[in-house]
Amino acid sequence: MNILGIIIIMLKSKTFVKKTRSGGVMKVVREHYLRDDIWCGSEVCAECKQDSTVLQKDSLIESNLCPYPHYLVPDTNVVLHQIDVLEDPVIRNVVILQTVLQEARHRSAPVYKRLKDILHEKEKHFYTFTNEHHRETFIEREPGESANDRNDRAIRMAVKWYSQHLEIQKSNTDGLKIVLLTNDQGNKQKAEEDGLLVYKFEEYIKGLTANPELVDRLALSNDDKNEITTSKVLYPEHLPLSRIQAGIKNSSFLQGTFRASRDNYLEATVFVQGEGEDSKEVLIQGLQNLNRAVHQDVVAVQLLPRNQWVAPSSFVLQDDGAAKDDNVDEDEEEKALRLSAAEAAKKPTGKVVGIIKRNWRPFCGMLNVSQIKESTRHLFTPADRRIPRIRIETRQSATLAGQRIMVAIDGWPKDSRYPNGHFVRSLGGAGDKDTEEEVLLLEHDVPHQSFSQAVLSFLPKTPWAITPEEMKNREDLRHLTVCSVDPPGCTDIDDALHCRELEDGNLEVGVHIADVSHFIRPGNALDKEAANRGTTVYLCGKRIDMVPELLSSNLCSLRSNVERLAFSCIWEMNHNAEILKTRFTKSVINSKASLTYAEAQMRIDDTGKNDDITKSLRGLNKLAKILKRQRIEKGALTLSSLEVRFHIDSETHDPIDLQTKELMETNSMVEEFMLLANISVAQKIYDEFPECALLRKHPAPPPSNYDILLKAAKSKDVEIHTDSAKALADSLDVAKVDGFPYFNTLLRILATRCMMQAVYFCSGMDSDFHHYGLASPIYTHFTSPIRRYADIIVHRLLAVAIGADSTYPDLMDKHKQSALTNNLNYRHKMSQYAQRSSVAFHTQLFFKSRGILNEEGFVLFVRKNAIIVLIPKFGLEGTVFFDSKGKVSPDIVFEEEGPTLKVKHHTFHIFDRVKVTISLDDSNIQHQKIRMALTEPLIPGVSVPAPETEPQAKKPKLDR
Amino acid sequence: MAGLELLSDQGYRLDGRKATELRKFQARMGPFAQADGSAYLEQGNTKALAVVYGPHEMRGSRSRALHDRAVINCQYSMATFSTAERKRRPHGDRKSTEMSLHLKQTFEAAVMTQLYPRSQIDIYVKILQSDGGNYSVCVNAATLAVIDAGIPMRDYVCACTVGFVDETPLADLCYAEESGGVSSLALALLPRGGQIALLQMDARLHQDHLETLMEAAMTACKGVSKVLDEVVRQHLREASMLTRE
Repeated sequence: MNILGIIIIMLKSKTFVKKTRSGGVMKVVREHYLRDDIWCGSEVCAECKQDSTVLQKDSLIESNLCPYPHYLVPDTNVVLHQIDVLEDPVIRNVVILQTVLQEARHRSAPVYKRLKDILHEKEKHFYTFTNEHHRETFIEREPGESANDRNDRAIRMAVKWYSQHLEIQKSNTDGLKIVLLTNDQGNKQKAEEDGLLVYKFEEYIKGLTANPELVDRLALSNDDKNEITTSKVLYPEHLPLSRIQAGIKNSSFLQGTFRASRDNYLEATVFVQGEGEDSKEVLIQGLQNLNRAVHQDVVAVQLLPRNQWVAPSSFVLQDDGAAKDDNVDEDEEEKALRLSAAEAAKKPTGKVVGIIKRNWRPFCGMLNVSQIKESTRHLFTPADRRIPRIRIETRQSATLAGQRIMVAIDGWPKDSRYPNGHFVRSLGGAGDKDTEEEVLLLEHDVPHQSFSQAVLSFLPKTPWAITPEEMKNREDLRHLTVCSVDPPGCTDIDDALHCRELEDGNLEVGVHIADVSHFIRPGNALDKEAANRGTTVYLCGKRIDMVPELLSSNLCSLRSNVERLAFSCIWEMNHNAEILKTRFTKSVINSKASLTYAEAQMRIDDTGKNDDITKSLRGLNKLAKILKRQRIEKGALTLSSLEVRFHIDSETHDPIDLQTKELMETNSMVEEFMLLANISVAQKIYDEFPECALLRKHPAPPPSNYDILLKAAKSKDVEIHTDSAKALADSLDVAKVDGFPYFNTLLRILATRCMMQAVYFCSGMDSDFHHYGLASPIYTHFTSPIRRYADIIVHRLLAVAIGADSTYPDLMDKHKQSALTNNLNYRHKMSQYAQRSSVAFHTQLFFKSRGILNEEGFVLFVRKNAIIVLIPKFGLEGTVFFDSKGKVSPDIVFEEEGPTLKVKHHTFHIFDRVKVTISLDDSNIQHQKIRMALTEPLIPGVSVPAPETEPQAKKPKLDR
Repeated sequence: MAGLELLSDQGYRLDGRKATELRKFQARMGPFAQADGSAYLEQGNTKALAVVYGPHEMRGSRSRALHDRAVINCQYSMATFSTAERKRRPHGDRKSTEMSLHLKQTFEAAVMTQLYPRSQIDIYVKILQSDGGNYSVCVNAATLAVIDAGIPMRDYVCACTVGFVDETPLADLCYAEESGGVSSLALALLPRGGQIALLQMDARLHQDHLETLMEAAMTACKGVSKVLDEVVRQHLREASMLTRE
């Protein structure tokens, strides 16, 4: 029992005044205890009674500035701006003062988070010294002293204490010293007057003889910037935060998230979140108006007067000028933007007046090496087209050229065309499959490091077997004829099914889901890691697991002929698929067969087969058909998107063939029962926990989303009704055009693009539960706990609901639950994007090996200067441009209503059948893209003659 | 902007205490001569004055008298200058009535009321400065005052508030911690026997955490009892010195 009087020598009161929200002034008095039991954390020290030490005795970094062993003490600004360098493994033995940590916490949440991560890393030997509560290092703010000056003084005080403290230690034979790092001239001078060792951060890093590459990663500080930039002011000044806040309050400014356009670097939208449905988008056009905002920043915008409003251009415009600072061409490009805009299409337009919060992260991309050979300043082109180019300084341009690198932005002065940044690390050669995969994982923020030791320590011990106690608590379903049906090559089998006839003539149907929540207990490192990852990400030929492989492919996977733990949902149904009884239980199953969709289909179709598994499958199939019919009658949508599958070469891992995924009856059979299980579980957990059930909803899209679909259908004289999901489903069913069998699929593809994203949410935080696509009033995810974290939470909720498990605090906290769903939604979205990028990358690899191809396709969209063509055979979309740079564009007439595009004599409509030639354009190694050129219809000067297709030599290999 | 960090990674709280440490106690018994018993107690920046009258005959309506034990009458109030904002506090507002009732219940459990049938004991507590844990400081101050009045009790009544932050229970919360969205619990304990005189919690807390939180509260209360015991003994030493002379 500690009673304070024993340790505490002094008690100070901190008194300060604070302005309240209503404008009053309040005096706040806080206690501040000063302690004698705060230790220095150094191995050298014999005086401090510390249990463990963090700072090493022999802390040598090879340096010509400080040839003796030393500890570093950075000040706040060094931490905030140079965190990239501090993160390097070379930098060790650093004292982070509490003053610095607190200031960093107030000023930048991401830096604070990174700093904390470093502090937790054992190899880095970073120590937090609680100087504000140490009796000898605490100082009071003097009258007239600013808070910053006081903090600087507190830092100097702590450094002084440290050096004196270490000097008197007997074991300090090597002359261990303390070095203060600061970039503040005034602070440095005062520290020198106090007799402290102090260096500028740049000085110190440049003095590290063994690690010259660190210099590149220095963030540019103020005095460096002046050299690079010209004196010309390119951008208007940003307003100070106080004026922005005042402006937002009296609604002359709007606050929103800045979203740069992917296709046009001179255009962006700012998404202004309003109350409820009242959100809107503000269009920003032109460099001046964009005013240095970067994608994802939170910005303040001012609306322009109505007569200056413009329409979003349908132009595709890329910033590909070489390292140009002159903006002559740009002016022209900007002019081109403004040219044509129908009065009706004009949108609220504004300009960025200030940045409320930067959302900069390290960006992946490539270096554009400067033409001047000796130059150390280069432009960096991020992989994400929405991010502007970044100017960096490096001496390793020769090695970095042709590599994928990461760069962080440091700042964007108003007289610089591009932001300034610094090099963070290299990822590997561009075009390498591994590097490209790494890039797309990083760009989509997919956590993909291998699992840490802490996480793995929570795995069950192998060999693993079901214990007798476990058996007692579970229902023994090993005698049932359970089987699983999955895509070929699937190793993480999380669902299995069975169906049998009961004595009274009814059917018993069971869905058995891997009991992952049995292995992943709430709150441990394994659980936290899975919660952070949120979902397993499937790339072509690669899987980024959410849980370690032992679980995903072995213990949880419901493989055939082994005993596995399951969470079962069992219905009693009559032959009309009406549910008579539903129950949930934890169980033990023994799957009799792991089938692929095709195998299952063959068994069902093969009338000769009559074993238990086949009978079970037939029963399931029959019920599934009824369920599906019922669902469609209720208005569930069947939408379409083309999914492709690559046949990957087993040795080189290069794609050798590509085909669109085929859907079989058995696919929909499994799907029906999964839907049924999900809906049953959703209802159960919502009944039991109305406040904190984790559900999934799919909001109905706003009517305007359907415009493109309606227009497209109308061009073929087909009427589509969008009043309700049912109306839409019905009208899609009857939409057919004679002699154009693919029309219906195309329409469904378009309809899919009109939909909203389905999201997870916590039932206590929302009132709208409806799932539009499935036409179900309530829905959740229960059936794939191996690859989705949401399902694990649902499992836990359901286990509590049936009394099979106990609850824990976070599960019942709707705010924590809600924060979790936000992460899950984000991860889910990102994993989809990553998946798409991976498909795109493999498509490119594929076309690289195939050479040039001629294919037939359909026009999916019509743009002002291009058409977008879909090739059904490959599920590939591409753009055919009609005006490329440096070529005089043929007379093009774009018609908004329709929309149609007239090129010379030919008019393009949506759904037109065209022939194109496909080739890989690798002129820009970073953005290799599929190039399409028109071969049919023939338009002189526009279309190209169909070239000879694939080289003969490769054929035998490809036909394998 | 980020809110306050109630517990740092190094295990220090806002004011520099560790999780289980109490605030600094300063106490004086018998500051007032006219009352039968009185005490002044500072726990950090929370300062309370407790005054005890009795046991005496029932005043006011005699019908309230109990034939087998004494009636305890408590009154809690806060000084107008006790908080950052100066505020007139009328008697009998809901909060102070509730607090009075809690004090009454606490002391009915601790004072040996059966020794004084048909009589009344008055306990008046005033908060002079408030910085969190008002209830516990009142109980602790009143305990000293009751002892000063020479009224027999089963044991010291020791009270402490504990809160729950980052899976760690914090003892003796100050105002900044109390208002920082922490689920807090107030416990009044008779430490020797471990009986609970009063337990109060208004916030939501998962039941799994309750046990650790109770454990921490008990330990903290036992710490308080040591301090109070020391105060009483010190007071007795001083008093006996005076009487000897």
